[in-house]
Amino acid sequence: MSLATPLAHLGRTVLGGLAATGRFALFCLDTLAHVLRPPFYLREFLYACLQIGWLSLPVVGLTAVFTGAALALQIYAGGARFSAESVVPSIVAIGMTRELGPVLGGLMVAARVASSIAAEIGTMKVTEQVDALVTLSTNPMKYLTVPRVLAATMTVPVLVGVGDVIGIMGGWLVGVNRLDFNSASYLKNTWDFLEFWDVGSGLVKGAAFGFIVAVMGCYHGMNSGRGAQGVGRATKSAVVGASVLILAANYLLTEAFFSA
Amino acid sequence: MIELKSVHKSFGANAVLRGVDLTVPSGESMVIIGGSRKGKNVLLKCILGLIHPDSGTITLDGQDVEKAARDAFLARFGMLFQGGALFDSLPVWQNVAFRLLRGLKKRPKAEAREIAIEKLRRVGLKPEVADLFPAELSGGMQKRVGLARAIAAEPEIIFFDEPTTGLDPIMAGVINELIREIVVEMGATAMTITHDMTSVRAIADKVAMLHGGKVRWTGRIQEMDATSDPYVQQFIHGRAEGPIESVR
Repeated sequence: MSLATPLAHLGRTVLGGLAATGRFALFCLDTLAHVLRPPFYLREFLYACLQIGWLSLPVVGLTAVFTGAALALQIYAGGARFSAESVVPSIVAIGMTRELGPVLGGLMVAARVASSIAAEIGTMKVTEQVDALVTLSTNPMKYLTVPRVLAATMTVPVLVGVGDVIGIMGGWLVGVNRLDFNSASYLKNTWDFLEFWDVGSGLVKGAAFGFIVAVMGCYHGMNSGRGAQGVGRATKSAVVGASVLILAANYLLTEAFFSA
Repeated sequence: MIELKSVHKSFGANAVLRGVDLTVPSGESMVIIGGSRKGKNVLLKCILGLIHPDSGTITLDGQDVEKAARDAFLARFGMLFQGGALFDSLPVWQNVAFRLLRGLKKRPKAEAREIAIEKLRRVGLKPEVADLFPAELSGGMQKRVGLARAIAAEPEIIFFDEPTTGLDPIMAGVINELIREIVVEMGATAMTITHDMTSVRAIADKVAMLHGGKVRWTGRIQEMDATSDPYVQQFIHGRAEGPIESVR
């Protein structure tokens, strides 16, 4: 094997990655362009809201309550080293609203929704249902992608908001029942400490994560390979891609919102 | 009239279409025959604009299909897909009336449903089927629903992609008869791709054989058996020996 072989392989991989990034960026732009132009499919949008928003509520809620509860225990144990146990309500609140609510909510939605969108659209692609849409004078971007992307962008912030409340309540449950906090003062501390932007930044992150989840699901579904293996690969790529992009976007948004 | 001139299409190093010239006169039923993976499907998708040819021109009534207003152009077509391509999430009647519920040919919901049930009846399905979902139907029924969807908006041109694949001989015969009846009744231009010779004889006015990325032979169905073209003869008689390579 010559020295050029691994270099050529590396070059091909880098070029392939750049080409895929370009295709994905164009897909995002195409989606945004279609959002603004009729026709609009209201029924598909409402159905997507139900599937993405409402039906994700249990998984997001359960994730939030356990995370809030565990966070309270950790902050209490950590705070005890500095005799600062009283910060539990405020740190749980800020941790949930700024970071854990949107990030864990986004990741759970990525696992549940990006996979389902990619599998559904990927199956439609390999069974020629996407081609059938075109022959029936219906643009697949408008009919399949736009309703899902809009629904995810609009419902994930709501999920994050609900998750924040449930997460804080999880912390409160542990605080009151396990750590001997007074219920009223725990809630008062939480309420007094929180600022509008703590919650608002989390909701903005939620909207960005919702967009990422739906676009990744649609992109990989639309570009799915043939057969069960192709759809499986599309599903896996959608979940992995959405999760990584959520974490990267979270860092960038945190820098933008909170860096001094 | 659909006219293809020197249409080329490659996928990477694989040249699928290498200069296809073909004319499909209005009101006639053209059947494209040829072996598997010889580009029949790609040819159909090029005409519909689902795949863009690398070079050559495709015209419909003299107008370049690449430059035609997309919605108005597609509104002239109906297509029956090989696997039916019915939308799993919609009941049968909404599949059939898909085009009538949205876009240029939009009708009130009740009227669209009525038309869908009428078209289902036309392809031999009872009105009770209308509210079932595609997954609840047999393969033959799915083909019929696909056929009903293809004709629901009364298109001028209908494409049939392997209409009898996966069906038993009796059901295949029924579908062939239905296709022939409907095409004659509607006066539509039809283009079918198949390698089922029974379908060819039942459906075709004209036959074109695609081989090596080109139209190898074309003629009326009555001339097919008498042609001396060794490729056509090998194909229509299903011989393993001949100029068309077969893998054993």
